Amino acid sequence: MTACNSMSAFILCMLFPAAAALISLPFRLRPRLQAALGAGSAILASTAGLLYAGRGLAGGATLAWHSPWSMPFGSFSLTLDPLSALFLVPLFILSSLGSFYAVEYTKNDGNKGLQWLFYNVLVASMAFVVTASNGLLFLVAWEIMSLSSFACVLSRYEKQESQEAAWIYLIATHIGTAFLLLFFLIAGSKAGGLDFADFSRAAFSPALSGVLFASGLIGFGSKAGFVPFHVWLPRAHPAAPSHVSALMSGIMIKMGIYGIVRSLTFLGRFQEWWGIALILIGSISGVLGVLLAIGQHDLKKLLAYHSVENIGIIALGLGAGILGACFDIPQLAVLGFCGGLLHVVNHALFKGLLFLGAGAVLHSTGTAHIESLGGLIKKMPSTAFAFLVGSMAICGHPPLNGFISEFFIYVAGFNGLRSHHVPVFAATALTMASLALIGGLAVACFTKAFGTVFLGEPRTAVPVRKDAGPFMRIPMFVLCALCLVIGALSWLLVPVLVNPVHLVTSIPERDVRSGISLFTGSLAGISAGCLVFLGVAAVAFIIRKGLLSKKRAAASPTWDCGYIAPNPRMQYTASSFAQPLVLFFRNVLFPRQKTNTRPVPFPGEWSFHSHVPDILLDNVYIPFFTVLGRILSKLRWLQGGKVHVYVLYIALTLIALLIWNFLWNV
Amino acid sequence: MALICAPALMGVIAKTKAFFAGRKGPPFLQTYYDIAKLLRKGAVYSTTTSWVFKAGPVVCVGAAGAACFFIPFGTLGAPISFTGDVVLFMYLLGVMRFFTVIAALDTGSAFEGMGASREVFFSALAEPVFLLCILSLARSTQGFRLNELFSAAPPFHMAPALLAGASLFVILLAENARIPVDDPATHLELTMIHEVMVLDHSGPDFGFITYGSCLKLWLFALVFVRMLLPFHATAPGVDVLLTALGMGITGVCVGTVESVMARLRLLRVPQLLAGAAALAVLALLSGEGAIL
Repeated sequence: MTACNSMSAFILCMLFPAAAALISLPFRLRPRLQAALGAGSAILASTAGLLYAGRGLAGGATLAWHSPWSMPFGSFSLTLDPLSALFLVPLFILSSLGSFYAVEYTKNDGNKGLQWLFYNVLVASMAFVVTASNGLLFLVAWEIMSLSSFACVLSRYEKQESQEAAWIYLIATHIGTAFLLLFFLIAGSKAGGLDFADFSRAAFSPALSGVLFASGLIGFGSKAGFVPFHVWLPRAHPAAPSHVSALMSGIMIKMGIYGIVRSLTFLGRFQEWWGIALILIGSISGVLGVLLAIGQHDLKKLLAYHSVENIGIIALGLGAGILGACFDIPQLAVLGFCGGLLHVVNHALFKGLLFLGAGAVLHSTGTAHIESLGGLIKKMPSTAFAFLVGSMAICGHPPLNGFISEFFIYVAGFNGLRSHHVPVFAATALTMASLALIGGLAVACFTKAFGTVFLGEPRTAVPVRKDAGPFMRIPMFVLCALCLVIGALSWLLVPVLVNPVHLVTSIPERDVRSGISLFTGSLAGISAGCLVFLGVAAVAFIIRKGLLSKKRAAASPTWDCGYIAPNPRMQYTASSFAQPLVLFFRNVLFPRQKTNTRPVPFPGEWSFHSHVPDILLDNVYIPFFTVLGRILSKLRWLQGGKVHVYVLYIALTLIALLIWNFLWNV
Repeated sequence: MALICAPALMGVIAKTKAFFAGRKGPPFLQTYYDIAKLLRKGAVYSTTTSWVFKAGPVVCVGAAGAACFFIPFGTLGAPISFTGDVVLFMYLLGVMRFFTVIAALDTGSAFEGMGASREVFFSALAEPVFLLCILSLARSTQGFRLNELFSAAPPFHMAPALLAGASLFVILLAENARIPVDDPATHLELTMIHEVMVLDHSGPDFGFITYGSCLKLWLFALVFVRMLLPFHATAPGVDVLLTALGMGITGVCVGTVESVMARLRLLRVPQLLAGAAALAVLALLSGEGAIL
């Protein structure tokens, strides 16, 4: 089979699930058939796609497919190179597991056919985003991705929060797209074509590629969720069904990262300030993301803010890599990019896992409000276990995968620390210090989330249905296993990063390979260390078991200083748990607290509420858009809803263009 | 070696405190006796708890024990050593903390919740400071593995070492729940952190916890000693002896601080840690190839 043919098979694979879901649309009264068609086709196609992507990643081969397109400057060219493959692998893993999960999760939903359609379109459009090698095609795929995810966010359209969230998301994503349009217009007009290959041939001047990078940073960054463009994220992710949240948070925001990384391949020589900008954005996003997460009371919102944090970590890695390439410190460049790109994959896995876990909680209890839950580990043991694994992975704890990518960035940073260039030294020191701070704060956040939701006693009488069924459980366990495999066997797996890093940095493949192979010793050391950890823990476990086997382990209520009527309301709440941190960072977070106390001799009912708002959304974006809306509403008379007036507008525009053209030519 | 000697350091601290208080104090090996006694006892489990509560102590010992394999003692190199092992070291202690905290939350008690909340707060601030101290050392020794970090050859700059050492001492006190951050002697005040988290553990579980804290104190003390003991004796035995002596002195220092200081108000602790952070940044900046 030629490369061309196999790429067209890949395209058919991508279109197949969407088509299957479309066919299933009329069968509204046969929801089982719809689910089978939607999920079955998605799983089949994703598995096939995974074979392609895996081959691309492992073999380093590039598949290309090219066909003319009637659009001006557009060509239907797709390329599957190792960099695309690196993003495709987690996409297909998560999309197939997500659709498996959704079979059970969306069982009682009415509009199943539409949900499947948009889910499958979203998957396909993301596959096209990462394989498109023409600017126009990229933008079209990008827009389909945005719109289908918008529709997914709206799948509980009767709720007001969903509508608001979807609306904010739509605005945010289009502002981002506007900058991307600018990006491709400037690049295209200079290069004389919109194919990515044209861009790399064009050799932009440093000033121009700086402008391009800046507009790409805003355009792609608003999809990725960099602070201050993150405001849509914590709204949209909780509103979407959990398997979609997993896909959006795990993969879709990474399309922004993909865009940045892909544009690095054709913007020419890296500039110093790109790296510094990414490191600054990364450290701010990382720290602010986790701080905002700590203050949240909604489990899915908390996870959404953590996506902002992890995007920050990815940006730190990429920034360090760019600096390394600028100052000719190959280890910094290679390890920085490796860390950033590996964190893309890792975050997809553990954040997918956490969202699926949160979805299972939501499915069984009907609420994701942390303060009303508690003690779920007894009723939902497997979900609790999966969520614990995910929490540890996201905190970067060995032996799970989050640790490996952060480790890459630490060691990369250390290589930069030895440099005598002040910017490199300062930026890498900042990178490592923020990583450590983020790690510490993430522990605070996830002990809070896991501890409040799954441990202790139920805080309110929320009815808990049974634990997640097999359809929801298996995807979670598969993701747990993947997190562990990457964490424990990293030295076997990292060589697949050679080709993507080589593509981005244009450091010769041999050097990248040797840079990584120098590093595999450390990774093997990590595996050994984890083995020792598990070994010592196992010994301790056996000793404990031996000691306790002869004795009676008594059971009694939790000791509470002799209080005679303990009840679950005496437990520490999530707000109190987070309160010291939130108060300490009050100048960044601006928490709102409301205490309802009356100074009377015999106090009656007291209440305390705390809330950490998104200060950017409430104080910057909403006022801005309100004013903008007020101004623009003055122009509303233009849009009267009469078709013949619109036709007049079109005619007037045409005439104006003709006149302009005429004058121009004279 | 660490696995055996660690509880002795607690003995040094206890003896120092007794000296200041004019008492005879508990026997030097009291911590060993305590652990042995705890291991022989039965256990009581709260009906609220789950397997997480029981896993906590086991994981703590596992993580702290594994961390011991990375740290050299004098010229005795660490059994496992690779570039960046210090990061794994740091994160293993992170795992230990994570499990102590969730085991505490598993009891559903307000006391333990309070302790856990403070623990994660202070350690989140302490972690970057610890890393900065290590970085300043890494910058002057040009190595990023603990074996290299702790076998610094002359010329070694005294100023950064002192600054980082001071900063590290604060972290040592904070991470190991000593005065002025926490009071290891009280058990039922609303002011404490670590002791309250392990309130519901009993029997062998509590023995493991105590042992785990000893290991953690030992590890931090060892890092601290190596930070301030930069020279390399030619004879390997001398170096080991010097390190052991340094450990003893560290213990005396901790005991002295505990005897002459009161516990800080909780609101002051972040300021203390911020001061430590400032020292660590200065240490980093004044290191070799200094920018300042």
